[in-house]
Amino acid sequence: MGIITIERKVLEKNDELASQIRDKFKINNTFVVNIVSSPGSGKTSILERTIEKLKDKIKIAVIEGDVQTDLDAKRVERYSVPVVQIVTNGGCHLEAKLVKDALENIDLKEIRFLVIENVGNLVCPAGYDLGEDLKVLILSTTEGEDKPLKYPKMFINSSILIINKIDLLPYVDCNIENLKKNALSINPDLVVFETSCTTGEGIEKWCEWILGNIKY
Amino acid sequence: MHELSVAQNIIDIVKENVPDTDYKHVNKILLEVGEFSGIVADSLLYCFDVIKSDTDFLNTKMEIKKIPFILFCNSCKTETTNNAGIRMCNICGGYDTKIISGIDMKIIEVEVNT
Ligand SMILES: Nc1nc2c(ncn2[C@@H]2O[C@H](COP(=O)(O)OP(=O)(O)OP(=O)(O)O)[C@@H](O)[C@H]2O)c(=O)[nH]1
Ligand SMILES: [Mg+2]
Ligand SMILES: [Zn+2]
Repeated sequence: MGIITIERKVLEKNDELASQIRDKFKINNTFVVNIVSSPGSGKTSILERTIEKLKDKIKIAVIEGDVQTDLDAKRVERYSVPVVQIVTNGGCHLEAKLVKDALENIDLKEIRFLVIENVGNLVCPAGYDLGEDLKVLILSTTEGEDKPLKYPKMFINSSILIINKIDLLPYVDCNIENLKKNALSINPDLVVFETSCTTGEGIEKWCEWILGNIKY
Repeated sequence: MHELSVAQNIIDIVKENVPDTDYKHVNKILLEVGEFSGIVADSLLYCFDVIKSDTDFLNTKMEIKKIPFILFCNSCKTETTNNAGIRMCNICGGYDTKIISGIDMKIIEVEVNT
């Protein structure tokens, strides 16, 4: 009987590819966010509002990840920014390899801000580095204030929390202060924004934060 | 639920670390899985059993050692834990803490029958 010691992280292949991609982003001065949330929290809606506000100021590109269909890419295309759709065919998250392939179709030299919209899922994308600068987690008020406690891994691995659909606060049983308290108990370093894609509230502040991170 | 693709990653890494001729003789793969790694141990064991049947690892067992969630509190200068996966120190209630373990997933070793 022999023992072969391995001592390697299971997702190390993904991590290696992700760090190659990250180098590529660095060289091109592209600021990259990986947007994660459960289905329907408003990832694409926030992206649309953001592109509207910023597309005359900086060059933006989008990678859309979905289990099926190119519906989200079609929504984004209307704003005339480069967009590549990844269809995972059942896969519950994006992996670095898929992003690397998608990048074949984007000329990063031009792009200052790249948004990767991950598959709607509050569990699986947490463990997969895509080479992004940071993960932006969107949670909508209709999902309930207990979600940070139920899905801690995603909150641990994200840097930004956007609380979306604040226009619905009067109608739902969600106390936004409790929501923030729960989120910060999991990850005290989270930077929190509050937005509504319906009224446009909070979008300006979020966009200013993005501009503050752009490298020229 | 991505335990299936995780199981495939594990087989790939084992293949890189074990000589081809020994694939069939791997008795056991030992993993360490953090309490808050986002992976469900039972589901991973099940997925491994499903995909191994088409491979040389037909007779390989997977063993999972669960790794507890541990924080280091910068105020108390000590290690603490809690069962919620939150960054709060159980001793002082503060949040100036660092995660020491419990969120990763590692292949530790394989046992080969020679
Ligand atoms: N009331 C309200 N509705 C919103 C807001 N943001 C998004 N929605 C609605 O929520 C629904 C889902 O929005 P999407 O932007 O498609 O959500 P998503 O996260 O991209 O969804 P998937 O990509 O399918 O996971 C749509 O009907 C939006 O119109 C908001 O701030 N307020
Ligand atoms: Mg979407
Ligand atoms: Zn303490």
